[in-house]
Amino acid sequence: MSASPVALPGEPAATEALAKEFGLSADEYAHALEVLGRTPTYAELGVISVMWSEHCSYKSSRVHLARLPTEGPKVVQGPGENAGAVDIGDGFCAVFKMESHNHPSYIEPYQGAATGVGGILRDVFTMGARPIASLNSLRFGRPDHPKTPHLLKGVVAGIGGYGNCIGVPTVGGEVQFDPSYDGNILVNAFTVGIAKSEELFFGTASGVGNPVIYVGARTGRDGIHGATMASAEFGEETESKLPTVQVGDPFMEKLLLEACLEIFASDCLEGVQDMGAAGLTSSSVEMASRAGTGLELDLDAIPRRTKALSPYEMLLSESQERMLMVAKAGREQEVFDACAKWDLEAAVVGHVTDTGRFVCKATPGYDPMVDPPEKAAPEVVVDLPIGLLADDAPKYDRPQKAPGVRTMTTQEMTSVSVGGASSQVDVGAELRALIGAPNVGSKRWIWRQYDHVVRDGTVVGPGEGDAAVVRAFCEEADGSILEKFLAVSVDCNGRHVFLDPLQGGAMAVAECARNIVCVGGEPLGLTDCLNFGNPEVPETMWAFAQAIDGLASACRALGVPVVSGNVSLYNETDGKPILPTPTVAIVGQLRSAEDRLGLAFDPAGAEAGHVIAHLGVPSRGALGGSEWLFAKQGRVSGEPVGIDLDAEVALQKAVLTLARGHLLASAHDVSEGGLAVCLAESCLTKGVGAQVRMPQTGGELPPEAYLFAEEPSRIVVSFAPAHKDAVRKVCEEHGVPFEVLGVVGGDALDIDGVCSVPVAELEAAHRTALDAIVGDDA
Amino acid sequence: MKANVYVTLKQEVLDPQGDAVRRALGALGFDDVKRVRVGKLIEIDLEGADEAAAKEELASMCEKLLANPVIEDFRFELEK
Repeated sequence: MSASPVALPGEPAATEALAKEFGLSADEYAHALEVLGRTPTYAELGVISVMWSEHCSYKSSRVHLARLPTEGPKVVQGPGENAGAVDIGDGFCAVFKMESHNHPSYIEPYQGAATGVGGILRDVFTMGARPIASLNSLRFGRPDHPKTPHLLKGVVAGIGGYGNCIGVPTVGGEVQFDPSYDGNILVNAFTVGIAKSEELFFGTASGVGNPVIYVGARTGRDGIHGATMASAEFGEETESKLPTVQVGDPFMEKLLLEACLEIFASDCLEGVQDMGAAGLTSSSVEMASRAGTGLELDLDAIPRRTKALSPYEMLLSESQERMLMVAKAGREQEVFDACAKWDLEAAVVGHVTDTGRFVCKATPGYDPMVDPPEKAAPEVVVDLPIGLLADDAPKYDRPQKAPGVRTMTTQEMTSVSVGGASSQVDVGAELRALIGAPNVGSKRWIWRQYDHVVRDGTVVGPGEGDAAVVRAFCEEADGSILEKFLAVSVDCNGRHVFLDPLQGGAMAVAECARNIVCVGGEPLGLTDCLNFGNPEVPETMWAFAQAIDGLASACRALGVPVVSGNVSLYNETDGKPILPTPTVAIVGQLRSAEDRLGLAFDPAGAEAGHVIAHLGVPSRGALGGSEWLFAKQGRVSGEPVGIDLDAEVALQKAVLTLARGHLLASAHDVSEGGLAVCLAESCLTKGVGAQVRMPQTGGELPPEAYLFAEEPSRIVVSFAPAHKDAVRKVCEEHGVPFEVLGVVGGDALDIDGVCSVPVAELEAAHRTALDAIVGDDA
Repeated sequence: MKANVYVTLKQEVLDPQGDAVRRALGALGFDDVKRVRVGKLIEIDLEGADEAAAKEELASMCEKLLANPVIEDFRFELEK
């Protein structure tokens, strides 16, 4: 072990109070002192605090995340790397991950969302994969909140600005507006890329003596302590105490992407990692930790764009578009040559050691930005055990407490909501209002700002199906191209999770997988982004633990392992938590483009007499957590609707079989807005009506309960009459309830005896759903 | 009255546009360019002659629309 690190002139001494300001608890600070056997320097305290932040250490979530299933025959790379990977055949794999950028996006929506996209792209191409598609999952406050228009416009423009510039299509996503997100929006970004399974790159710093190379943008004072910020609640004060906001540079990222893929191909690297949250510190420590080595960095060599950067600032800066590479000794020049070709900075900033320590040297007062720089002998400013920062970081099993009963029964609901007998409900008017609500209506205003066709691979784009389908061009060694078809979807409905986190978590996974199946794909693997409030609140921790169990049970039942993910806690403002939002994204695969399905009824099906059928669990009319009930009551309410995973699995198998048998003309799952909205969307997408009757399994429940309930495990399909027996047979073989609802045709959605709404009216309401928020921008 | 409003990125905020200009100047042989920051100049014609009121109004315009106070600074000057 080297000598004790020096404190730099002007830097405050580490104290418990300073540690608290950096986000460390008194116990954590005491633990650090005990392990170190001395007081850390200012820079060391910064390093410890970011590595022990929730964002980097997963200290409240790790014990629970261990319960997620992560293995399966298709898994090429599970959690723990920059991204996960699943096998898609012929030696290729899909590499994907989802990450949150919630707090930065609330402070500066454009740049926050843009750098979120940049970050997730880097996580994917760091693995050696070329990104082929992105998705996003967004949550904003109530539509009439004064900040909602500004935040929505900024976030969407930021995602478009970055994604469009770098040339990766944004092919889908989801958005929900709910008052719980008024002061804490969610921006979860997902990217999938393609690589050869044998040529994946990992974030390991192996090989003692190997050089550590810094590649990409120069370091500035961007987002210092961003990781810690993401691990603390917002208050009125935070809004004024802003760190320097990170600004994304998508062209720089494009250069970095091309340079990285070129460098990877030359096989001169041992490992590589993106400098994301907690920048140089976390990338160095995580790479050394995975390899069981140590790192020694020379901070004097860090490329920078601003004067007088201190070691603390260099270690914690979150400047974007930077990579840390460990090259094979003697092959540095190949990295430099590729970087020069792509006009990128590169510098050797250290080497791999066998000490198991993270050591940083810097010359006090040295600044290469000053003419002429004075270089004396560098001194050790950080010397910390890697273990303390990584595997041995604090880990908590925080107290949990189930909240009290907060639900009413469905009967109470319907009577409260409609003020008496159900015959008073004008279902047609309710449907028009629902289809025009921001949570249900068209998101065209959003996706028209995204380039969703660049790279020429988009087969099923936004609004066309329950999931997006993209063509992946997989290049073989001999230059020939194999085409593979991936389906991607991102889902979560925090309202159902709020009512019952266990069932709601399972419902999120089930819906996401159902969406993949509804476009003809087979789900292969899942990534999650778990957005919750303050884990130190026992009710929040309880919801988190329950949601994990829900996710795990659905993943097991459906055979979809979790291969990567991210946790974002402390999503609350002034003590008010968001709805628990365990967002999940699934990557699936279609056997061929011919297997694909859209959600729209086929206008040609009107003449052909296409049959509409309801597959899956018959409705009980349970309105809990539904958008309709929310609209009536102004809050999330009702009994949790729950999910029968066996029925879900059978339904998905049946629909996948039907899709592969080319027996269907459309498939659309029943989700937000219920059966009525599901039918309306299938009608209005291509402008054809439908005549349907109420389900016969109904019993005595009122029509609005049937039509607007959001119970899972249901898919509405349409097919040519000639296929009716075949469809019924497949359903019977899988034990899936099959019920004919009616036929495609006419120019209205006609629900026998309940309502008849012209498709044109539904389409108009649907199309203008976001107008109330975005105004005439639409 | 005429106002010239200058909106610039805060000193520590990354300026990709300025950086692109710096590279381009370097490529053209202007080797001594070390740093470029790009901002914008907004010209506004105002009615009325009350300078104090105009200044107050301009500050409000900058905070609400012309500048993004999270990442940008602004200043303005008045010409009679």
